Amino acid sequence: MSSEKAIAVQINGIGRELSAPANETLLDCLRRHGFFEVKSGCEKGDCGACAVQIDGEPVDSCLTLAWTVEGRSVTTLEGLNDTDNPHPLIAAFLEHGAVQCGYCTPGIMIAAEALLRETPEPSDDDIAIALSGNLCRCTGYTKIFAAIKQAGEVLRAGGNDD
Amino acid sequence: MLRDFELDMPADLQETLACLPGGTPLAGGTNLLVDLRARRESAERLVWLGNIDAFRDIKIEDGQAAIGGGTTVGDILRHPGMERAAPALVDCARVFGGQMVRNQATLAGNVCSGSPAADSVPPLLSLDAELCLASATQVRTIALDDFYTGFKKNRRSPDELVTGISWPVPGPNTANRFYKLARRKGDAITVVGVAVTVTRDGNTCTDARIALGAVAPTVFRAKEAEALIIGETLTEERVDEAAQKAKELSDPIDDLRASADYRRDMVQVLTRRLLNQAWQSLGEKEAGR
Ligand SMILES: Cc1cc2nc3c(=O)[nH]c(=O)nc-3n(C[C@H](O)[C@H](O)[C@H](O)COP(=O)(O)OP(=O)(O)OC[C@H]3O[C@@H](n4cnc5c(N)ncnc54)[C@H](O)[C@@H]3O)c2cc1C
Ligand code: FES
Ligand code: FES
Repeated sequence: MSSEKAIAVQINGIGRELSAPANETLLDCLRRHGFFEVKSGCEKGDCGACAVQIDGEPVDSCLTLAWTVEGRSVTTLEGLNDTDNPHPLIAAFLEHGAVQCGYCTPGIMIAAEALLRETPEPSDDDIAIALSGNLCRCTGYTKIFAAIKQAGEVLRAGGNDD
Repeated sequence: MLRDFELDMPADLQETLACLPGGTPLAGGTNLLVDLRARRESAERLVWLGNIDAFRDIKIEDGQAAIGGGTTVGDILRHPGMERAAPALVDCARVFGGQMVRNQATLAGNVCSGSPAADSVPPLLSLDAELCLASATQVRTIALDDFYTGFKKNRRSPDELVTGISWPVPGPNTANRFYKLARRKGDAITVVGVAVTVTRDGNTCTDARIALGAVAPTVFRAKEAEALIIGETLTEERVDEAAQKAKELSDPIDDLRASADYRRDMVQVLTRRLLNQAWQSLGEKEAGR
């Protein structure tokens, strides 16, 4: 058996200690510790359901070993869903009906948040490139694109519109 | 669940090199972890490269570009100087995997995976890139053009780490482009990849590179095709000859993504298109100065 150790990591701004064996992925480790907003899909980097941010960069947690995030900062969907200050993506997705079964949504929001930080006014092409690692089997993407654009507008105007 | 393995977490380059005999470097994990899960890979001890200081640094100075062994595809896209220092590599980075894979996948991992469809290799070959390889006992550089010896085989010895990749920055009279043909733009395995470099002085092509991906056991330079255009004016006939030669030099396979015949045809089409675009873009520059 791989040896188990405790890793210190910030998750959504809160310092945590997670125990994990060497061969555990960050995806399995996070879900084992109750972070069920991180979804498991293909487990080989194709679908993006498991996306989280490490130090602000979206990565697939199914292709990340838990030990390698020691000392770093991990953001899951819940990190964007601060009840006092929810990310504008959340209202925009609701308003546009960009969520159907919702399985892809956590990963898509993680990818879209990083896009909007780098490119506040994304074109369709920018969004397509940013989301090319996120598969959605329900929506056909149109509403997702519209929601991301609207969230960008809200952010450019200086924050939440409600 | 991944199969059982040990994971070393060395703190710096020296410690990493000391771990390598018997250990397998783990960079982004986008090949290695997928292969471990699919049980195509049986490494028993992985060595995490993420703690090596300055391993993702990018330097562009004195006409040379140098990236660290841990530089990711996403780092290439975010670096403002890359647009000029490696146009074909930026073309490649845009259509490489998806956003998450780009943030994890390293160029060194792509080069070492040695797949004939590894997308960064045609651009890096078209730029005359060199690899810096370090072991606990020696440091050496090797031209990428000399690196591959066969399908997924290369000259890296197991105790060596790719610590950097470097290339000369193309001058103002040089155009450099890459095109990836695949079933869709992002997150798809390449059917044919072509990178070209053309240097133009007046009406003469003074230097050229044509690098082809996914059409032979390794990515390779179509040197006989390059020779047909160096010293020439790139008329329609010259470009056609070079494109025809590139097609003849290809030795692709049939697979579920495309037939060998289609791949060969596309080598010709894409080589012709990229050479024309490169040549003409330089003509516009000449006319404009
Ligand atoms: C969903 C998905 C999409 C993908 N899309 C593309 C694509 O569009 N184009 C493409 O070319 N590839 C693609 N890939 C393949 C893969 O992402 C790339 O080959 C990537 O560049 C590998 O880099 P890595 O850092 O993840 O390497 P790893 O998986 O960590 O390592 C790969 C191999 O290289 C060795 N290695 C890594 N770094 C070093 C080093 N510094 N020195 C010596 N050896 C080293 C490892 O030991 C291992 O054998 C994709 C993969 C996935 C899962
Ligand atoms: S579960 Fe990680 S990309 Fe699909
Ligand atoms: S909403 Fe169902 S997968 Fe996207």
